[in-house]
Amino acid sequence: MAPEPTSDAVGLRLAEIRDLLGCEVISGEHRLDEVVTECFAADLMSDVLAFSKPNVLLITGLSGIQSVHTADVAELSGIVFVHRKRPSPQVLDLARERNLPVLSTPLHMFDACATLAARGLRGGSKG
Amino acid sequence: MNDSGAQGEVLYRESYGITGNDFEHGGDVATRVKSVLKELGIDSATVRRLSIANFEAEMNVIMYAERATLDLTVSRDEIRVAVTDRGPGIPDVEQAMQEGFSTATSQMRSRGFGAGMGLPNMKRNTDRFEVESVPGRGTTLRYAVRLVSAGAA
Repeated sequence: MAPEPTSDAVGLRLAEIRDLLGCEVISGEHRLDEVVTECFAADLMSDVLAFSKPNVLLITGLSGIQSVHTADVAELSGIVFVHRKRPSPQVLDLARERNLPVLSTPLHMFDACATLAARGLRGGSKG
Repeated sequence: MNDSGAQGEVLYRESYGITGNDFEHGGDVATRVKSVLKELGIDSATVRRLSIANFEAEMNVIMYAERATLDLTVSRDEIRVAVTDRGPGIPDVEQAMQEGFSTATSQMRSRGFGAGMGLPNMKRNTDRFEVESVPGRGTTLRYAVRLVSAGAA
């Protein structure tokens, strides 16, 4: 069960998320000052398309081209690939073309989510 | 739903081809259409809803059909899309509309799709949604979103 909101939304800049998760920034370096308040974690893009709100940060282990298209059409604020995954050059080209921040963390999915939740970020699912 | 707007002045019309099994380009059409809609000044919430429907439709073609055409028509009142494919068709549309019903292969699932969410999610993100399918020949999806400026009732 999702935790009850206890206070006003806490935001983290993408640059802070980079540091917290030990990320390599793969694209979107110029957008690292943008603030994220909510995240959505899934490997199933169908779930992201069905259940995520706009402007959330996607945390996923799926580094194929559909992850970038999903983030683009669903108006997400960026992608964090877990398990140190890196996209192919074709995926990277699309991320750059769509002006999408893409980061890669060595952390696994649960640890990445737990780290961000501990800093106050919330789940970005539609009710 | 009042369909009178469907006959409104056409502002933009374009057709896009989608090739079955072309996973490497799965999403290109939805992304291209999204760019067009943004350039036309459509509000971002509407663009998001329609883009999600288009992406789901595009992936369905790539996963299941041989090829398809996505026809986009933008009028002052609404945006209409028809996706007409040549493929196996859907034997039981009612069953396919149920969340979680899926005939996906492991390759489809490895791409993050095939969870049985596509058709229901397209319906959820559109104001009108119709499926017409002939098993052995193909499927046509017709859907539309009303434009905010049209003053939805």
